[in-house]
Amino acid sequence: MIGVGKIKQYSNILEKPLSKGKQEVSLSAFAFLFSELVQYNQTRVDNIAELERRLEDAGYAVGARVLELLCHRDKGNRRETRLLGILSFVHSTVWKVLFGKVADSLEKGTEHEDEYMISEKDLLVNKYISIPKDMGTFNCGAFVAGIVRGVLDGAGFPAVVTAHFVPMEGLQRPRTTILIKFAEEVLQREARLG
Amino acid sequence: MPPAAPRSGDAIFASVERVNAELFTLTYGAIVRQLLTDLEEVEEVNKQLDQMGYNIGIRLIDEFLAKSNVSRCVDFKETAEMIAKVGFKMFLGVTASVMNWDADGTCCSIVLEDNPLVDFVELPDTCQGLYYCNILSGVIRGALEMVAMKTEVTWIRDMLRGDDAYELQVKLLKQVPEEYPYKDDE
Repeated sequence: MIGVGKIKQYSNILEKPLSKGKQEVSLSAFAFLFSELVQYNQTRVDNIAELERRLEDAGYAVGARVLELLCHRDKGNRRETRLLGILSFVHSTVWKVLFGKVADSLEKGTEHEDEYMISEKDLLVNKYISIPKDMGTFNCGAFVAGIVRGVLDGAGFPAVVTAHFVPMEGLQRPRTTILIKFAEEVLQREARLG
Repeated sequence: MPPAAPRSGDAIFASVERVNAELFTLTYGAIVRQLLTDLEEVEEVNKQLDQMGYNIGIRLIDEFLAKSNVSRCVDFKETAEMIAKVGFKMFLGVTASVMNWDADGTCCSIVLEDNPLVDFVELPDTCQGLYYCNILSGVIRGALEMVAMKTEVTWIRDMLRGDDAYELQVKLLKQVPEEYPYKDDE
């Protein structure tokens, strides 16, 4: 009798082997899911700021888990302790795993010492989203800002992260910039480490 | 021009843009967590997930029909096969199988061995009544309703509750013929 292989049952989820992270789903499945997330949250809030905050909170949870997963799988449980290290981790590794490519650019803010910006011409989550005029500066990239904040917070670099649209010449759709403003203690620690 | 032949699930999945399944899994987890925090009652969360799935399903069917070039299904058996082999493959990248047909061909089970929604997930004791993947039942119900079939979709087996696979029972309640919106004599 030919036996059909059964999935091995693990009594404890922690014993299950970690997947390689190569499995994929269609972009439209993700887009549908994300649109439902936004629509559901729209029914629970009264204003734009609340909506952005809720999306950011959802992203924060994703970011915390992504950090754990990637540190364990891709970096051999090594922690980043320097500012530039964690920024390049977010800009390259995290972006590559989540969105399939490294972020378009990583810049240091010119006006403030504690500001850094990660920019993306066409953010995945905003691909199929159009913002109505009456929603002003609302940006669904708040979800991605939440992911970045989750990663940074989990790694010990508390920061305030927001998403903004920056219109660019020559591009039909504005570029999305994730603005990261690190907390005072991070800069002090960075200065101490030299 | 002859109509294009229906494409297989693998071919469509290879041709659409894809994203990392982990982003999808983690986003779904964030949604379920938000629902649990807001609604608190497990039954309410199940209903809300089903509703969200329904909203997705009614739009997903358009994309499905556009990308897969299938012609009208002859009977419910063919419909179920389409969902399992083409639908699941082109959106979630996993193949499902259809089994347990009943005598008059109106009720079957779709079995999923691999489910990208539930990677890394464990149900805590406080949420034992939760159908974590309930969004899938809503998607199937919504999609089929848009093609004139009223169905009832329920979970038979759920790996998060200790079973060995995910099994959805799809039961055809009735075929709703499309109503022509204009009167003939006007």
